[in-house]
Amino acid sequence: MEHYLSLFVRAVFIENMALAFFLGMCTFIAISKKVETAIGLGVAVVVVQTITVPLNNLVYHTFLADGALAWAGMPDVDLSFIGLLSFIGIIAATVQILEMLLDKFVPSLYNALGVFLPLITVNCAIMGGVLFMVERDYNFSESVVYGLGSGFSWGLAIALLAAIREKLKYSDVPDGLQGLGITFITIGLMSLGFMSFSGVQL
Amino acid sequence: MAKLTPKEVLLNPVFNNNPIALQMLGICSALAVTTNLNTALVMSIALTLVTGFSNLFVSLIRAQIPSSIRMIVQVVIIASLVIVVDQTLKAFAYSLSKQLSVFVGLIITNCIVMGRAEGFAMQNPPMLSFLDGIGNGLGYSMVLIAVGFVRELFGAGKLFGVTILQPVTEGGWYQPNGLLLLPPSAFFLIGFLIWGLREWKRDQVEHNQFKMAHQVRKEAF
Repeated sequence: MEHYLSLFVRAVFIENMALAFFLGMCTFIAISKKVETAIGLGVAVVVVQTITVPLNNLVYHTFLADGALAWAGMPDVDLSFIGLLSFIGIIAATVQILEMLLDKFVPSLYNALGVFLPLITVNCAIMGGVLFMVERDYNFSESVVYGLGSGFSWGLAIALLAAIREKLKYSDVPDGLQGLGITFITIGLMSLGFMSFSGVQL
Repeated sequence: MAKLTPKEVLLNPVFNNNPIALQMLGICSALAVTTNLNTALVMSIALTLVTGFSNLFVSLIRAQIPSSIRMIVQVVIIASLVIVVDQTLKAFAYSLSKQLSVFVGLIITNCIVMGRAEGFAMQNPPMLSFLDGIGNGLGYSMVLIAVGFVRELFGAGKLFGVTILQPVTEGGWYQPNGLLLLPPSAFFLIGFLIWGLREWKRDQVEHNQFKMAHQVRKEAF
């Protein structure tokens, strides 16, 4: 239990998807002008990440990894090279299915998340989470925790950034720095803040 | 839209319509691989090639793609190209590919590639699209290499792994600025780069949505 807890805390604070690995930056910057939309997107990322990371983990270990096809009588087959293609396919499919399911069964949630779901397919944070899961060789239960943690870390970061940017609207920023420039510097300062967690030993 | 000449298509994205500084695309990987010039350069080349060729192939079959499934077709083309790059790097530059770790795979979800395929290659002929891809790749490379240059030179006193400024620890005079090797510095550098670029090209300045009214002071009585 302690192992999973520390994995979660590490994924959220020390290895924050947005602030330490710069993943999902495009949407991170584009959709962080308002706190409400940012939280909506953050929740959508947590949901998708928690589903796709374990799902990809299953697929990777049953079909793609070196020797994984032993159950089908082909122990020498190594399909890991088509990993990238199948991961992105699985992510795209999951997002699509999730969108349809939500539309059918939970329309209120669909209305809240609807606009953001298609955006998530091309969010690097999801793909990054999956690739880190493969690189670090997480097993299934670890990947569930990691998916939840890394999704949460991204959601947390975007909500915080949106809150800062809402306040920043009223400040007098030099012309050239207006908009994108000052946002970058804000994220830099936030990331500096999150660096302070890096000394935490777990 | 006026007819575009090949030269404009190739060179516009470098300064006038830079993918990172103006279009806000592909920032994800721009920051993580810039701690030294080697990885920045390899990443730039990889991305330029992938963008160029994905634009070329998407444009070649643009008339055949039904618009309802165009995203998935584009993703498949891009993913296949990235697999080629990834396998090549693993075969010929294994240590570099280890350093780049997941970021080569992340070219798939790099917004530049998708954005250009969707925004340019779907409407334009193959050669022009190819040039547009290469041009956007170059615009991206410019930012990446500029940031990589500053971070490696001042963070470690080296360029391409060769010592330029002898650090104090090795008996030299230069005190390396460790902050530049940490994530936050990349954000600051790109922020300042955008500031510089926009001071130079004034028309890129974003205007504040809210105009501050001049403070009105009421008399006390």
